[in-house]
Amino acid sequence: MKLKGADILINCLLEQGVDTIFGYPGGAVLDIYDALYRNGKINHVLTAHEQGAAHAADGYARVTGKTGVCFATSGPGATNLVTGIATAYMDSIPVVAVTGNVGINFLGRDSFQEVDTTGITIPITKHNFIIKDVKDLAPAIRRAFHIANTGRKGPVLIDILKNVQTDMCEYTPLTPVYPEPKPVSEAQVAKAVAAINASERPIIMAGGGCISSGASKLVLELARKINAPVSYTLMAKGVVPDDDPLCLGLIGMHGTVASAHTLMDADLIITLGSRFSDRVALDRDKFASGKTVIQVDIDNAELDKNVTSDIHVMADINETLKTMVPLVEASDRKAWMKKVEGYKKTSKTLMNYSIRAAKILQAANRIAPKDANLIADVGQHQMWAAQFYALEEPRKFCTSGGLGTMGYSIGASIGAAFGSGKMSVCVIGDGCLGMNMNELMTAATQGVPMVVLLINNGVLGMVRQWQKIFYGNRFSQTTLIRKADYCAIAEGMGAKGMKLGLGDDIDTVLKAAFAYALGNCAPVLVDCEISPDDNVLPMIKPGMTYDTQMTEMN
Amino acid sequence: MADTKQYTIGALVSNKSGVLTRICGLFARRGYNIDSLCVCATEDPAISRMTIILNGDRYSLYQMIKQMDKLDDVYKIGCANELDCVYRDLMLVKVKAPSDVRSEIVQVADIYKAKVVDLSLDTMILEITGDPEKLDAFMKVIAPYGILESQRTGVTVLARGTHTLKDRDCYGDHVQ
Repeated sequence: MKLKGADILINCLLEQGVDTIFGYPGGAVLDIYDALYRNGKINHVLTAHEQGAAHAADGYARVTGKTGVCFATSGPGATNLVTGIATAYMDSIPVVAVTGNVGINFLGRDSFQEVDTTGITIPITKHNFIIKDVKDLAPAIRRAFHIANTGRKGPVLIDILKNVQTDMCEYTPLTPVYPEPKPVSEAQVAKAVAAINASERPIIMAGGGCISSGASKLVLELARKINAPVSYTLMAKGVVPDDDPLCLGLIGMHGTVASAHTLMDADLIITLGSRFSDRVALDRDKFASGKTVIQVDIDNAELDKNVTSDIHVMADINETLKTMVPLVEASDRKAWMKKVEGYKKTSKTLMNYSIRAAKILQAANRIAPKDANLIADVGQHQMWAAQFYALEEPRKFCTSGGLGTMGYSIGASIGAAFGSGKMSVCVIGDGCLGMNMNELMTAATQGVPMVVLLINNGVLGMVRQWQKIFYGNRFSQTTLIRKADYCAIAEGMGAKGMKLGLGDDIDTVLKAAFAYALGNCAPVLVDCEISPDDNVLPMIKPGMTYDTQMTEMN
Repeated sequence: MADTKQYTIGALVSNKSGVLTRICGLFARRGYNIDSLCVCATEDPAISRMTIILNGDRYSLYQMIKQMDKLDDVYKIGCANELDCVYRDLMLVKVKAPSDVRSEIVQVADIYKAKVVDLSLDTMILEITGDPEKLDAFMKVIAPYGILESQRTGVTVLARGTHTLKDRDCYGDHVQ
């Protein structure tokens, strides 16, 4: 049948199983929004800002594993998406961003709201398209979804010129076919298996690839079979239950003492879907010195990029583990387990449970429903969320790990709630709240059940912590001294505001907050007062080795 | 960068606008410098062939090949260094050629098998084809006459024998 380009777009999205779109209309996407309206089969969430829409699509994708979709108009609409797209790119999250652009007769003439969207987004997308001819539209959309959600996942942008949206073209529906995963090299797996069997002290380092390939179950199975403890990177929180005896918790700059000591003592590092970022490897040349490294990654370019591996398998993690787990010898590794148990004990005594944020997060963890999503913004509170809020399952944790995007969390919480149908626990600092708090309006309007734990220390805590360590306590521009009343702001945006002062009982306030959010399907902001001097510990300074991990600072 | 040397990367890419931007952007972003770049459509108009000369160590080479390989517009990519290849570069050079030195320049050109392709009262354009070293040498001997301007195409490469880039596994230094 012959359809207008805009209708072809909507039909192609339906082909791909898209049920929710996050976006913001404008001049160059009027026809697309008209088609959306006439079609009526896709839920559209109108955000307050395009950045919020991009983060929402990202949050949706993280909790569902499906491709998140966001819409924006040309020019400023497209540039506002940029931070959200870059966030998804750095964390390998499948997102398809659709933007409109001026018509072909206006292209390249500095027309109103014209910007080179594809030019701007080349370095932050897996691929992007500019559609100048309606006959290219359907194939590009299908290809975009394919690229976004296969291999190493990531965002794809489709820029559709205005004339393409109204031009007519023959449309034939097509059911998407997902390719069979590529076969895993048996020879490489055999080498890895031999190294595992020969190892006395193996550690598994699980990264975001474990989550995106859906390998959590097999990671735990492998860990149990060979008795290797599991450390996870920030991107993989939830890969194994935090309370599992084999789970060491976070690894990296602010990782646990248990992770650091176990890693230092290990003779074999089994790295699954982690890219040894500078926040994990720190000193990349010494990170694995004297140890054997097995690296499994779907992206060839990640193999040996930061840390050189002894054995690598270029394949999907889940597929690799399917082959690997039956081949490895079961072993109780008693001596190793005993040592690890000791490290875990020491780690527990050194964790900073006494700080207020730890108590708040642990209480929220107790009170929140087990199926709630945990969304953390960027900064000290992000690290505390990773350290003190235990998760049992994968795809429950959303945070901007690679790009470190302040202002990520409220948009992502909305997307996560829409994707999972479950409530979101949003952990945010007062600095981050200042960046995208407008999305509280969206959450309130859309009736999103979420509790926003505003970890309010009145300062830019993480930057301030670095100023303490590296800049002699010269707190340049990190003290906020804002006169804002966050509860009143929340109320003004249609959300509920609650105050949790230093002297208040945490459980009482949080219980009320969760009860309200769930009972009324509404966002509740809890303004949690904490000291500006609490630090994130443990900490390994950038570029340093794991033996320099600090567990206290003044 | 201990073992820095010159590498030649060959790639078959889609012949569309924007592809060059993607690839050059990738090089710039990762901090690698392109020494020479040659791109043109192939016998299949939908495909362009790109030859990139890169100075760097093996790590940089592997990273660039792997990163380029991830681009949707890159179909095949390989490094030519470990194969026996024909390297060719073409140069046009305009030299000052007043009548008193004209025949001398033509003699030099003959030795290098360069052709005179334009002649005016005071200038001459010479065309020379060969491997990059030959062109460098020619440039040196012609320079004293006064080069007004010159243009090189950049290096083009084909492997000798049955090896082709389309059949990537046979095309030299295959990564992974």
